[in-house]
Amino acid sequence: MRRPPKSVIVAMAVAAAAATIAACSSSSSGTSAGSSSSTSSSAGARVTLSWWNNATADPLKGIWVSAVTAFHTAHPNVTIQNVPHQNEFFKTNMPIALKSNNPPDIYQQWGGGAEATQVQSGKLADLTQYVSGWIGTLGKAAAGWQVSGKQYGVPYDQHVVGFWYRKDLFAKAGITSAPTTIPQLESDDVKLKAHGIAPIGLGGQAQWPDAFWWEYFAVRECSTSVIQQGMNSSSLTAPCYSKATKDLTAFLATNPFESGFNAVTAQSSPTSSAGMLANGKVAMELQGDWEPGEALGDTTDKSIDSKLGWFAFPAVPGGQGDPSSVLGGGDGWSCTTGAAEPACAEFLQYIDSTEVQKQLVAQASIGLPANPAAESAITSPAVKAAAQAHDTAAYVAVYFDQALPTNPGLALDAAIANFFAGKGSNSAIINSVSSSSGH
Amino acid sequence: MARTESTRHRGPGGLAAGPEIISGPTAGASSKQRSARRKRIELTVLLGPPLVLFIGFVFVPMIFAIWYSLYNWNGYGPLSDFIGLQNYQGVLTGPVFHQALLHNIIIAVLSVVIQLPISIGLALLLNRRMRGQTALRLAVFTPYVLSQATSAVMWSMLLSHGGPVDTLLKSVGLAALIHFWLASTSLVLYTLFFVVTWQFIGFGIVLLLAGLQGIPPELREAAAIDGASSWQIIRRIMLPLLGPTIRIWIFLAVIGSLQLFDIVWIMTLGGPANASQTMLTYLYFNGAERTQFGYGATVSVVLFIISFVFALAYQRYALRRDTAGAVTRAVG
Repeated sequence: MRRPPKSVIVAMAVAAAAATIAACSSSSSGTSAGSSSSTSSSAGARVTLSWWNNATADPLKGIWVSAVTAFHTAHPNVTIQNVPHQNEFFKTNMPIALKSNNPPDIYQQWGGGAEATQVQSGKLADLTQYVSGWIGTLGKAAAGWQVSGKQYGVPYDQHVVGFWYRKDLFAKAGITSAPTTIPQLESDDVKLKAHGIAPIGLGGQAQWPDAFWWEYFAVRECSTSVIQQGMNSSSLTAPCYSKATKDLTAFLATNPFESGFNAVTAQSSPTSSAGMLANGKVAMELQGDWEPGEALGDTTDKSIDSKLGWFAFPAVPGGQGDPSSVLGGGDGWSCTTGAAEPACAEFLQYIDSTEVQKQLVAQASIGLPANPAAESAITSPAVKAAAQAHDTAAYVAVYFDQALPTNPGLALDAAIANFFAGKGSNSAIINSVSSSSGH
Repeated sequence: MARTESTRHRGPGGLAAGPEIISGPTAGASSKQRSARRKRIELTVLLGPPLVLFIGFVFVPMIFAIWYSLYNWNGYGPLSDFIGLQNYQGVLTGPVFHQALLHNIIIAVLSVVIQLPISIGLALLLNRRMRGQTALRLAVFTPYVLSQATSAVMWSMLLSHGGPVDTLLKSVGLAALIHFWLASTSLVLYTLFFVVTWQFIGFGIVLLLAGLQGIPPELREAAAIDGASSWQIIRRIMLPLLGPTIRIWIFLAVIGSLQLFDIVWIMTLGGPANASQTMLTYLYFNGAERTQFGYGATVSVVLFIISFVFALAYQRYALRRDTAGAVTRAVG
């Protein structure tokens, strides 16, 4: 899951360290659990690999534990140390871990610009030659974990952002088919409001859900090459990006979101936007494919999965982008240079095997597997629709905050969130990605 | 650090006992010398460990922070992009930092103007003998015992739009008072101040209660016999004698306001649109989350200087009498 529930406890721990985090960053390294006693990369020698992942809770945690056991049986010379960390830990502590002499051997990696930033540490292993035999089976998914054409990471699942909607509420408002253009979406909003239903849920507090909206308008307005160029050069000056802001302005004027959305969290509670969808307080939400799993945790309605449908972000009339293009991303791994790369790559191959991938889909509802062969394990019709859209997309644009290096990526999220709160402007959004802005 | 006779009389040579200390009978000289040595050992044993911790965990990181603040550094790779004071320029001229600083100041001022009178009032009330005194004291102090994260999550849910607080207001006919407590950019800071007050008022009250207990009851009784009204007793006797406690409370409240983070981060992440950004949420977002560790270090240095200057000035001017002989005289 891209944005797993944020533990408050961790927020506290992080809070306690916040005042001195910058100051302590060099001295506190080495106390973490990273341990690479790997000595040789030659097959046969004993190798121990520490594996930092974000699976702190079942079912994913259980799947990783059994995957490690199965891998040990098949590879008696390799020992994997499973070290789960809270998700936020990876965002703030990886710089420290990668600066230390003792980084983890395998760790959670979301690819894109953040991975490119981490490659600067010189600690990430180039896995290209070790994965060349099988990486092709993942199809286009693997490209998101390449930096300058080299495979510094490997995905284990993929995500696609689209609309999750309540079939029951749509029926109540007399909407018979999902909207395919923005004007249609707007007229559906009117119908829903007429029935006293808030049309769209938005977890604006977290900022990134706001960003999904602007980014999707940009993906519809800009051609694929313009998006690619924008992400590669951290520049959003092409006129189509400003058009996206214009589209968003017009859309916001129709007042489609729940009231007070600026303060609504995205996940992990019944009062979050995912919770509102799960409890029928809003009719739809633009979210990633983790939404059904998230919704299940935010409601007592055990049949919520069957009530949800999926449709792609509607076409924007006159836009240069392919209407089939989607916004997405995924989760994956990187190995560090201290690790025994062949053993590390073998483990990643095992995680991407059809066997493990099917387990992930069936038991952990990870959404879309990295290995397309495991897609047959998807049972939910809504998730199937999302997977279908992802597989047939003309282009999968990685969430901009992940495609861009971390600093401009988060500055963009903040600028878009300000815009949603009525305190931003198009120029603030466009300029946010240029260096050191947004302070 | 207590000044004692033996240290005051120590000669310029430090260890060597100067002739001036031989003021008493000769037998006392060697015992005085022994007690001076014991004092030094005591000081070493007692002050050594905290000093090591202070240097290791406060002073050294501070030096590192100052060092990092001179670089453009995203945490990866070596510190190589020396940019001098550019980060400081960025922080000090940044509109969002100005907003954050203003918010800290607003919270600090509101603490003194609103929390303090409420704390004093409640402390005076709870100081009286009455039925259920212990239960009341417990009730007032309970929020302080909760972790800030717990309070923050609880209040986020209570204050969510259409949540329990709104429902309560509606049910008692005050629907007109319902607002976007956390979603409104003009209201969110004051909502957070309310939560901070709820959380910390118990601490202030306990502090003031302790101060009140220290006032000899004879003074009140004497005033009452002389015909002073209860208001006069409070105004002329209790409050002046409570002065040292109140001054310490103000000091803690202002420093706490400058360092406000947990409740804000969990409830609003500094939003919407920076409307509840504090210096620390700003530091965390721009330093840790955006992985600009050099910039984050700069914010921490600026925050340190602000807190340090306030602390020194307050010690020097406001706490002067209360700490006479301890800090002020030593500082100068």
